[in-house]
Amino acid sequence: MTWPRFLALALCAVPLGARSEDDALARGLAATCANCHGTEGRSVSRELPSLAGMSKEKIAADLRAFRSGARPATVMHQLARGYTDAQIDLVAAYFGARKN
Amino acid sequence: MDRRRFLRVAAALAPWAAAGAAAQTKARVVVVGGGYGGATVARYLKLWAPATEVTLVERESAFVSCPLSNLVIGGHASLDDVTRGYGGLAKAGVRIIADSATAIDASRKAVRLARGPELAYDRLVVSPGIDFLFSAMPNYEAAARAGRVLHAWKAGAETVALRKQLEALRDGAVYVLSIPLAPYRCPPGPYERACQVASYFKKAKPRSKVLVLDANEDITSKAALFRKAWAELYPGLIEYRSNSMAVDVDGPSKTVKLELDDVKGDVLNVIPPHRASQLAADAGLITHNDRWCNVDWRTMESTAVPGVHVLGDATLSAPAMAKAGHMANQQAKVCAAAIIEMLAGRAPNPRPVFASTCYSFVSATEAIHVASVHQWNEQEKTVTIVPGSNGVSAARSEQEARYAWAWARNTWADMLGG
Repeated sequence: MTWPRFLALALCAVPLGARSEDDALARGLAATCANCHGTEGRSVSRELPSLAGMSKEKIAADLRAFRSGARPATVMHQLARGYTDAQIDLVAAYFGARKN
Repeated sequence: MDRRRFLRVAAALAPWAAAGAAAQTKARVVVVGGGYGGATVARYLKLWAPATEVTLVERESAFVSCPLSNLVIGGHASLDDVTRGYGGLAKAGVRIIADSATAIDASRKAVRLARGPELAYDRLVVSPGIDFLFSAMPNYEAAARAGRVLHAWKAGAETVALRKQLEALRDGAVYVLSIPLAPYRCPPGPYERACQVASYFKKAKPRSKVLVLDANEDITSKAALFRKAWAELYPGLIEYRSNSMAVDVDGPSKTVKLELDDVKGDVLNVIPPHRASQLAADAGLITHNDRWCNVDWRTMESTAVPGVHVLGDATLSAPAMAKAGHMANQQAKVCAAAIIEMLAGRAPNPRPVFASTCYSFVSATEAIHVASVHQWNEQEKTVTIVPGSNGVSAARSEQEARYAWAWARNTWADMLGG
């Protein structure tokens, strides 16, 4: 292998669109929602809403309303209390950037 | 700088460079066990790092869910309703090998199989489930072979067998359910099962009785909600005895032997205590009490065997973390994320989050839940419940039963692909 060719290959080996640490964090946090809201926020059941396709503002506002109790729920008022403000914003941005 | 010197310098500068290069030449991850933990980690590795070569070893040809399988025992669902194939995972690019792993050679990074050639790995994930400690009840296995006792605590043939035994009962019979000391798989599962059998008796055999022998001092999960359901939906049908640990069974006389007392029944559903499976034991992964596998909750890597990650019921649970399918699925995602970072030579996320929602059916159409969110706790060096995030249903409801089915459909699709 020639030196330029080695370099070229080495450069190709860098993942395309290298992720920031926040992207990995957001992806992992969003995955905690998948059991009820579907993989990457795409629900396969009509009983529970998809999160992909919702705006990040709505998701963040809903989670905060669940957390404060302003919006009644069967379970989300409990789960929403498990996440920090920064985590809520990461999750909301992750789903907000996804199409359903 | 010539190439050889460049490589030498690079290797000296960054110990991760070698790992990073390995990741680019198709890192190999082998997963043993295709349940809630193993299937999920395989799926998410392909989802988040498609170039990874992921091999899943699973001896069964289809996945049968323990969650919701009590509905089969109650007569409100079929085994098919809680069974899914592995085709979606294959379509997602996971190589599936229908075989049993018989041994792990961590020094050579290889897994031996019962039939096929051994598999080499860069990272191994075992999600091996539980084995029963039959030694706790000397005559259990003989009675089980004679068809006089069953556990139905691994969904499948025994689930159907228990349903058939209930159907064959005369009215006025006694169904005995024996619960081992915690920790055991699925804390609310036995109490849900009592509801399901009672719902069948109420309709078909109203003079029959459910007798619950609990080794624990009280109902271990959702206690107030279960007590209310038993009193309101099944008055007189369920008798609950706490501090009643089974120490043996006698098959011929259909008797459960307690420490001080013997109890006869017409159907004996005795759940023996369990521990991480034999594969985990043989691999040296069991580190606690000769029963459970300690892991680092930030990576799910074994604290005993480097390069091997353990998921699900086989782990020594973190404080207040239940042995449950939902939890294994969440652990698997933390594990997949950590493996991807480690293979790329980066540090894994130091603060993983695990959420859990666990539904129980108290009748054919009503359910209750317990939920919690667990985060890494730097002071305690483990994962603990975020205060305020844990709680149960305000009341049983049909809405939560619909959510429970939706949970199942989304979770099965999440772990098994499309």
